[in-house]
Amino acid sequence: MASDAYVAWSSQDAVVCRGVGKTWAEGTERAHEALRGIDLDIAPGEFVVLLGPSGCGKSTLLYLIAGLERQTGGRIWAFRDPVEGPSPDRSLIFQETSLFPWLTVWQNVSFGLSIRGAKEAERRAVAKEALQRVGLAEAMDKRPDELSGGMRQRVAVARALAMRPKVLLMDEPFAALDVQTRAKMQDFLLDVWRDSGASVLFVTHHIDEAIALADRVVVFTARPGRIKSIIPIALPRPRDPFSPEAEALRRQLTEELRSEVDRAFAEQEALAAE
Amino acid sequence: MATQATGVATVPRPAASLPAGLTLRNRQVLAKLGWGVVSVGLFVGIWEVLWLIGWADPKLLPPPHVFLGNIPDQARFFNTATRWQIGVNPADGPSPYEAVAITIGATSMRVFVGLAIAAVLSITIGVLIRYFGIFEKLVLPTITLLSPVSPIAWLPVAIFIFGIGNAPAIFMVVVALFFHMVLSTISQIDNVSRNFINVARTMGATKRQIYSRVIIPAILPQLLIVLRLNLFGAWMVVLVAESTGVGFGLGQVIMMARNTFNPSLVFFTIALIGLLGFLSDWLLRILQKRLLYWVPDTGGVLRGL
Ligand SMILES: Nc1ncnc2c1ncn2[C@@H]1O[C@H](COP(=O)(O)OP(=O)(O)OP(=O)(O)O)[C@@H](O)[C@H]1O
Ligand SMILES: [Mg+2]
Repeated sequence: MASDAYVAWSSQDAVVCRGVGKTWAEGTERAHEALRGIDLDIAPGEFVVLLGPSGCGKSTLLYLIAGLERQTGGRIWAFRDPVEGPSPDRSLIFQETSLFPWLTVWQNVSFGLSIRGAKEAERRAVAKEALQRVGLAEAMDKRPDELSGGMRQRVAVARALAMRPKVLLMDEPFAALDVQTRAKMQDFLLDVWRDSGASVLFVTHHIDEAIALADRVVVFTARPGRIKSIIPIALPRPRDPFSPEAEALRRQLTEELRSEVDRAFAEQEALAAE
Repeated sequence: MATQATGVATVPRPAASLPAGLTLRNRQVLAKLGWGVVSVGLFVGIWEVLWLIGWADPKLLPPPHVFLGNIPDQARFFNTATRWQIGVNPADGPSPYEAVAITIGATSMRVFVGLAIAAVLSITIGVLIRYFGIFEKLVLPTITLLSPVSPIAWLPVAIFIFGIGNAPAIFMVVVALFFHMVLSTISQIDNVSRNFINVARTMGATKRQIYSRVIIPAILPQLLIVLRLNLFGAWMVVLVAESTGVGFGLGQVIMMARNTFNPSLVFFTIALIGLLGFLSDWLLRILQKRLLYWVPDTGGVLRGL
């Protein structure tokens, strides 16, 4: 983007989206609108959960905020500056595991530092600290394929933390885990989040996960994804998933989602029938 | 030589006769070797039986005990080219066994030098094609056009440019592998997981770092497999090149055997080439394991099926 288009945002919010839209393959006959008119502010240190049916553009929004893709409409700022590309300030943890199989665990975690040309001693120290935070300090010298799925995701979290990001973008990081492991990972994520002071934008389609984690839950409509509602959750953590408040939230969120999931299904069937 | 066994019956049973106290790994290697001996022994045995009952004419299809029985006699024929090259009194040339060793060494050297040059060259060109758009536009169409041309068609070119000796044979190996290894490098690069590249991007990696730290390690496993698959191709073209007189070597021996109607020599050379091909594949496999320590071994899973 040319520098004359540079417009600073006035607030100190971690992420500001104004009218953000994304059409994949815009201008071709395969054009495909994934997001439309997203207005979203994320405060520093806030934990925001995105909830929505499959294919509604949740991953797409994370990619846009991470700067890996360009939005086709609207604007995105991070700490007053327009997002024009990837930045180590904004770490993305991907939906699929993405550890480099040719590096050991600690080399994976310190990959970002090695990109900046840090010395081995420093990289080892930082990797060790980040791995301690995710409880995997003993796995330093293992290779990723020697770890379980849950351990791999924790290493991915450690890798993101080692960059000391101000915004942590997480795309269904625990989707592949069993219920118990996921609950553990949620507790651990909340600890890490509190220590780091980073803002977290967390994608899931598990309502319980949203209730356990979020300061605010953003519910998306079916494609093209728009914000249907934003539901603040003021309950203190750790939260009891069976408290009356949690039950009420569960009912509310299920209701919000149901109609969208139905619509998403109907549309996908129509698309498939074409 | 192990293949001198003349029948199935004399071949030791592989697993049963193993001494106790071997590690599991060694047992597996021994078992594999044993089965190799059984397999070759079976083949040899059938051939010998066909000869015994008179179905295989020893003048056309001499059985293994004939063409392996008198190695010094075969080895005589390996001498000529080296003697020409050295250009001295025929009697002063290397001994027959030395001549065989020199011939084998020369052919293997051409295969491996050709393979190494082809690998380095084609990976470099493939990466440059994806790295620099202008390079792709300038170079890729020509490479795509030339890739279906059979390496045999390059033979005259090899001789025009390089005359005789090592260079034309090495050139043939390089030409035979280069084009489709470039194309394969490009398709490997295109198949590198987007996530890997995006991880590096979010950490602030430059384009150069993404290529050197992510793309090249990610494509190496597949490229080494391509190289191994092409190894046999390299052995084939090197024989073709040698047989048309670009120099001495196993291919030249085969051609001479054909011209002098010497089936024993043909089969002896074929046996040598088979052994060499097997050994070089084994060498590349070791290289692959060393270089690609992170690639999990799926063989165990398949064997369990
Ligand atoms: N790289 C791409 N090119 C073209 N279309 C894409 C691309 N990535 C996603 N899409 C499309 O954009 C829409 C939104 O995809 P996205 O991955 O953001 O959904 P999601 O909400 O993350 O879904 P899920 O919960 O299944 O992960 C989908 O219809 C998808 O087909
Ligand atoms: Mg997704």
